Amino acid sequence: MPEHERELRPGELAVDDVEVGAAHTARAHLEQHLARGVTRPRHLGFAQSLPDSGEEHRAHAVKYAPRRVVVRRSLRACPDGPSFAPRNALRVGSKTIVILGGGAGGTMTANRLRRRFGRDEAVIHVVDRDDRHVYQPGLLFVPFGLARAAAIVRPRRKQLADGIVFHENRVESVWTEHDAVILDDATVLPYDVLVVATGARLQPEETPGLGGPGWNENVFTFYEEQSADALRGALERFTGGRLVVNLVDMPIKCPVAPLEFAFLADWFFRERGIRDRVELVYSTPLDDAFTKPIASRELGGLLAEKGIELVTEFNAAEVDGVGGELTSFDGRALPFDLLVTVPLHGGAAYVERSAGFGDALGFVPTDKHTLQSPTHENVFALGDATDLPISKAGSATHFEAEVLAGNVERFLAGRELDARYDGHVNCFVETGFRKALLIDFNYDTEPLPGHFPGPVGLPLLRESRLNHLGKVLFQWVYWHALLPGRDLPGLGATMPTAGKRLEASHA
Amino acid sequence: MTTTLQTDAEGFLTDASQWNEQTAAEIAAENGIPRLTDRHWLVVNFMRERYLSTGTAPSIRSLGKESGVPVKELYELFPKARPSSPPRSAAFPSLAAASRRRT
Repeated sequence: MPEHERELRPGELAVDDVEVGAAHTARAHLEQHLARGVTRPRHLGFAQSLPDSGEEHRAHAVKYAPRRVVVRRSLRACPDGPSFAPRNALRVGSKTIVILGGGAGGTMTANRLRRRFGRDEAVIHVVDRDDRHVYQPGLLFVPFGLARAAAIVRPRRKQLADGIVFHENRVESVWTEHDAVILDDATVLPYDVLVVATGARLQPEETPGLGGPGWNENVFTFYEEQSADALRGALERFTGGRLVVNLVDMPIKCPVAPLEFAFLADWFFRERGIRDRVELVYSTPLDDAFTKPIASRELGGLLAEKGIELVTEFNAAEVDGVGGELTSFDGRALPFDLLVTVPLHGGAAYVERSAGFGDALGFVPTDKHTLQSPTHENVFALGDATDLPISKAGSATHFEAEVLAGNVERFLAGRELDARYDGHVNCFVETGFRKALLIDFNYDTEPLPGHFPGPVGLPLLRESRLNHLGKVLFQWVYWHALLPGRDLPGLGATMPTAGKRLEASHA
Repeated sequence: MTTTLQTDAEGFLTDASQWNEQTAAEIAAENGIPRLTDRHWLVVNFMRERYLSTGTAPSIRSLGKESGVPVKELYELFPKARPSSPPRSAAFPSLAAASRRRT
């Protein structure tokens, strides 16, 4: 046998071509398997775990497979790699549901589906790269010492009901042609239904200068635990100067969060007695404070009231951490002593590696009302991972999960899908001084004044202590009611109109 | 002869059928671009195709990633096209796209 066709030794990887990397390898293995008539291989695992991407891939591939190796032989050489697909997946009649992402959307969906299907009816897998479930709304409070970073994180596994298989793996790619997901250790998970819930990923590297010199020294983001915690120290030490809050571009998770940050910063510096020495600037690529006109008027008014300068239409192009300057594409410059930025967002990296799976930003095309993929009928998506024209927010995800879980069941039963999701989303907006306002809207109705969920309830678009209390209590509700996938009275997939002043939309 | 264009409050064409290459050139001239180069047309045609197929204009980021013209160059090509001063046509490459994708 020529040297380049030698048998693999245990622990070695077969790589067809050192240029293409590990994902291709796993795929090549599967292709061979399929070519031999095995249409639904249950596993193809290898002891060797694969690196993430790019240079690592290449280095790894060179190290382990310096020459071309015939895949057929490698299969014979490594027949017994680790398999994560449980045995009962082979049971006749049992369906396999694979959920990518163990955050809010993935967890709620998994728990809801676990209740809908008996153990012998469906095997449910959840895949996530780590076992740390972050209560993301809590990140806003970390820089101000109002929450500890460690206190908003819990193990992902513990949020999943019994009978859900959790894989702590990165996703290498999705292979829709063969209804299978390839994990980073070359495990292949075939599915009958795939649910995409891998959220959005911060991409500071897409803005020159972000993540470079000054990062976590005078340039921060509170969208990520480590930086939020570093920002807490910087705010404590801050004795005066210019603090610029900037969101680079839409879409971002929780579009109100940077505004809330500005409001809380105003409160924080007033409490410390140094507000008169701090210049607060809020810069946004939008032409107003927020994305929706009526709420924008209200929130813009609050910025003015609190003495926060609003800079609009600012499309950030570059950050100079050392010189303390943020510049826009049209040549404007914003000097800063402290920059709190919301980096660009994109979908999970595997979406880009999966041909035809996502859009240019890595978000997954999703039907607005049924949450089904328009191109793959057994793929559904929810939450921040989708391209839906609604705020990327936990509440939207929660309402979507209700419709999505029902639709997975309908799909598997061959019934018509429920097109009930109307874009419903609501958010508490912290405004400082233990007050918050609440906004509630959907695809067609912008946030309006009134009360939620009915004529008697929490005030909408108006600051109140009750709303702040709601936001504080919400963390308990999140862990104990939302994630387990319980239906909450008044909080459903369709937006309530009973308490809203609909005439305000024509004002 | 210049046609009277039907536009909405933000300056976007309300009747897409009013668009043609001549109209686009006129709008461009009014917005400080005396001559549309091949690079301009690349962006204009990409925007128009996307608008006609999806009903919405792509965001600046998508435009930068997919049209083959980087964001920095977009601003150089269309210097006046800031989000609140959009050129007057959905077919014309308005950088208002980012603020229109308000989600």
